[in-house]
Amino acid sequence: MPESENILEVSDLKKYFPIKGGYFNRVIGQVKAVDGVTFNLKRGTTMGLVGESGCGKTTTGRTILRLAGEKTGGSVLFDGQEVYDVSPKDMRALRTRMQIIFQDPFSSLSPRLPVGEIIGEAVREHGIVPASEYEDYIDRIMDECGLQPFHKARYPHEFSGGQRQRICIARALALDPEFVVCDEPVSALDVSIQAQIINLLNKLQDERKLSYLFISHDLSVVEHISDSVGVMYLGNLVEYGGKKDIFRHPLHPYTKALFSAIPIPDPGAKMNRVVLEGSIPSPANPPSGCKFHTRCPYATERCRNEVPAQREIEKGHFVSCHEVK
Amino acid sequence: MFRKKGEGYLTAKESRRISKENRKITEEFEKKRKRKNVPESEYITQMRDPNNEVEFDDLHSYFYTDAGVVKSVDGVTFDVPIGKTVGIVGESGCGKSVTSLSLMQLLQRPQGQIVSGEIRLNRGGKVYNIANTPQEIMQDLRGNAVSMIFQEPMTSLNPVFKIGDQVDEVIALHEGKGKSKEEIRRQTIEALELVGIANSEGVANMYPHELSGGMRQRVVIAMALACHPRVIIADEPTTALDVTIQAQILDLLRDLKSKINASIMLITHDLGVIAEMADYVVVMYAGRIVEKGTAEDIFYHPAHPYTLGLMASKPVVGREVSELYSIPGKVPNPVNMPNYCYFRDRCEMKMSCCDGDYPCEIRLSDTHVVSCYRYYEEHKEEAERTANANLLQTARMAAAGEEVKGDA
Repeated sequence: MPESENILEVSDLKKYFPIKGGYFNRVIGQVKAVDGVTFNLKRGTTMGLVGESGCGKTTTGRTILRLAGEKTGGSVLFDGQEVYDVSPKDMRALRTRMQIIFQDPFSSLSPRLPVGEIIGEAVREHGIVPASEYEDYIDRIMDECGLQPFHKARYPHEFSGGQRQRICIARALALDPEFVVCDEPVSALDVSIQAQIINLLNKLQDERKLSYLFISHDLSVVEHISDSVGVMYLGNLVEYGGKKDIFRHPLHPYTKALFSAIPIPDPGAKMNRVVLEGSIPSPANPPSGCKFHTRCPYATERCRNEVPAQREIEKGHFVSCHEVK
Repeated sequence: MFRKKGEGYLTAKESRRISKENRKITEEFEKKRKRKNVPESEYITQMRDPNNEVEFDDLHSYFYTDAGVVKSVDGVTFDVPIGKTVGIVGESGCGKSVTSLSLMQLLQRPQGQIVSGEIRLNRGGKVYNIANTPQEIMQDLRGNAVSMIFQEPMTSLNPVFKIGDQVDEVIALHEGKGKSKEEIRRQTIEALELVGIANSEGVANMYPHELSGGMRQRVVIAMALACHPRVIIADEPTTALDVTIQAQILDLLRDLKSKINASIMLITHDLGVIAEMADYVVVMYAGRIVEKGTAEDIFYHPAHPYTLGLMASKPVVGREVSELYSIPGKVPNPVNMPNYCYFRDRCEMKMSCCDGDYPCEIRLSDTHVVSCYRYYEEHKEEAERTANANLLQTARMAAAGEEVKGDA
């Protein structure tokens, strides 16, 4: 089978969570956590997903991996195959090809398992290597991720935050995946440790031709690591394109505001800030039309009533806004 | 010295011995603190420079833990001038929060104690030495003179009381004498309006969980500013917030500062926030100041290898690098600090003389001070003068230590 260029094609993905209440716990509403997200991820590249907290970044990542129950609509094609159509038996095999690194290295490791077992459990379960090579394989993975193999018998509480994050990375990579969702892997870490983890992720990508979906709210980290960037607001992908396009020529008013809010480590820098008023509306009751119109400085009558479609402004640069020409 | 070779392991016997010794020391401190009717002469002092709001002078704050003494703040000296913002940067565990908690006398007692040094607080007529100020006086200073914005707006508000009641309490306690409930509530509403909460009367009747993170942080700021303090300590005020909300809060802080002409001590690990807000910057590492100066000094002419490493390891929007610099190694064990420069083992510019004592402070310019041997040669004469002064200081401290022992 010829390999297609895109490892992941997500189109119009939707995930709603029911709000229960009233008599008999009826469904009285829906939180539209992900509401129509479309993008493609090329093999061996990194896509950054940015946005404020509560905009649906994490849910997007989990829905793509089929970790959040059934999707509400749309499709997720992983290597040309619809993830949600796979039988449970084949899904097990598919899981080894797509992995996730969770946000919090403190709560995502079982405190009762030694590190070797945390990393090796899935390797043994999926039969990645023959039993005779198992120990060597774990040693090699740990070494690659910057952990000492003699730490195998230790428990997670004996490690620092940065090392725990390395354990999480080793656990994800032990299955030799092709695609990894990194859900805020460096948010909980200090600046100097953060740099180590980012360099490690970059090194592993070069060696293994990995594709990353890198979820973060830290824009400077996303700019450093990504090839393409998607900006999310309230469950929608408002702008999506190559890193240079997004960071040099942001088009959507939300992207502009977001980027102007980044503090620059230069005391002489001139502040030219677009300050957004108010905070993100509730996803259970989103505004009509363009969801951003309540905070947008350029909102018109049309924005209040009509949902903007995703349009390709330049090659590979998509924007959902009526006002961008 | 208390540990087995290379391991962080203590036997039960050793641990018991350490905690017994610690109790002896901390009881001494507590006894001193609990005395009644302390004469003013013990805690009223003079500022070195009347243009400063706060002066930290060789502050040592230690924690007496069962694993040994942790020197969280080990000789910190810097000034907070009136109406200026001083930023304190460093990694977690470098003592930046402990420094600010010492100023509020909020260290976890009895383990946490200000061991020596002075913190001078300028209150117009009187100058207080916080290290010796008795508790009753301190209660009056907290909130009125110095006030703190805590890191997490989620945990620093009480979930079972309404916002208005929580702000009322602060005002009633500090300047509520002879005021009716209505007057206090009016002041609360004013404080909430000051921080940009539009529907302030409605918000006063809400519970914390009904507000978003940014709004909660505004409430915490309103509480801190309710009694018009002269010094505001902001301990990572925006770390838990999104960039857009962070921008709003920083604008607000800057605005308020110019309105009430207060000084701000801004503690954060985000160099971007520091560059935007601070007039002076203090860089801390493992309980000591490695570099201090104006924001221009630190950002345009960083001198200490740690500051350089910190700046290189942070990705910056618009600056492309193939690989981020990462500082090798890790922070030394806080119980067992080396007797040479604390940064030597991680430093890529180390020289042979770095094996010697901890480097003294070297003045690069009127405002810019760094503790590193790389600048020793060029500024030798002056450095030796400060070194002598430091020696004198140590000798004096040792003498004071003898005295305490003699009393016991």
